[in-house]
Amino acid sequence: MFVLAEMKDVIRVTPENFHQSLTESITTLLNRKLANKVVLNVGLCIALFDITNIGHSYIFPGDGSSHTEVKFRYIVFRPLVEEILIGKIRSCSREGVHVTMGFFDDILIPVNALQHPSRFDETDQAWVWEYPKEDGEKHDLFMDSGESIRFRVTSEMFEESLPSGPPGGECPVQAIAPYRLLGGINEPGLGLLTWWETPDQDGDVDENDELDNDE
Amino acid sequence: METTKVNAAFLCNFEVMQILQQLKDKTQKKHKREGSLATVTYETVHYLQDTECKNQSAESIQNFLKAMKCFKLTKSEKLMMVNTPPRTELEIQLIVQESEERLSEEDVRKIIDVVNEFFPVST
Repeated sequence: MFVLAEMKDVIRVTPENFHQSLTESITTLLNRKLANKVVLNVGLCIALFDITNIGHSYIFPGDGSSHTEVKFRYIVFRPLVEEILIGKIRSCSREGVHVTMGFFDDILIPVNALQHPSRFDETDQAWVWEYPKEDGEKHDLFMDSGESIRFRVTSEMFEESLPSGPPGGECPVQAIAPYRLLGGINEPGLGLLTWWETPDQDGDVDENDELDNDE
Repeated sequence: METTKVNAAFLCNFEVMQILQQLKDKTQKKHKREGSLATVTYETVHYLQDTECKNQSAESIQNFLKAMKCFKLTKSEKLMMVNTPPRTELEIQLIVQESEERLSEEDVRKIIDVVNEFFPVST
């Protein structure tokens, strides 16, 4: 789920920060620049892991700041394709089920990757897995928001986003998600965690409860 | 800025949790928290708190990985097992690709036993 990315950058430390140690300034500046941001084809940056190399610092004519080349490693959220993750359902729509990890929201489980057969319940605004029972009837399993869900990452998409215009500008730039994941739950064992709880851990009781409630 | 290596190493949830918690303690002491860093660390720690990593330790993970050596699993499969320890056959099938061919029924049982030994279910 998390990886380390090796990066390098030139860090500009302004004179008012010269009282701090160089490492401290670099750490603050790198986190300010990268934390909670998506780097194209890298992933969602979380926090600085370590600084591996600090080069010489230079001062250029006309600028009192010091410029330092730094090599560092950053903690990045970048799940592997095919990885199994557990998230929470954010909402359901006609497109599919939107899942959130808490710190990352742009995960969609498209309609064709839901358990089969599923239908969209307009009144509850939720997807329902019509689990076939042995007697030919169906047992409706609702996918409500807030439930924990286990899914497989099926693909990832990076999109270059445009810089936002000046505040209060006339034409708002359309916000697109720079990093999106597609997931799937069309395999046994995937979907809401409560669907697959083993009977020996009081899951049995829950299941009966659910059946009673629905009927 | 330049990325020299996109994937230099994998981190398991436990490691990320430790680093972020240290970071949180450090920044709280100094009373100066950077907006986006504070947001993302808070949200990530919040997510990780509900996962199994809060009961793990560096030692338990090391011992678990030692015990997993004989099953010929890939690095990413073992990583997933540490992050989301499988407790049922079904979960192993999801994590391990072509598990029917690569693992015998006995292996699967052994893996579940090892998981329960090193990462006991918290109640």
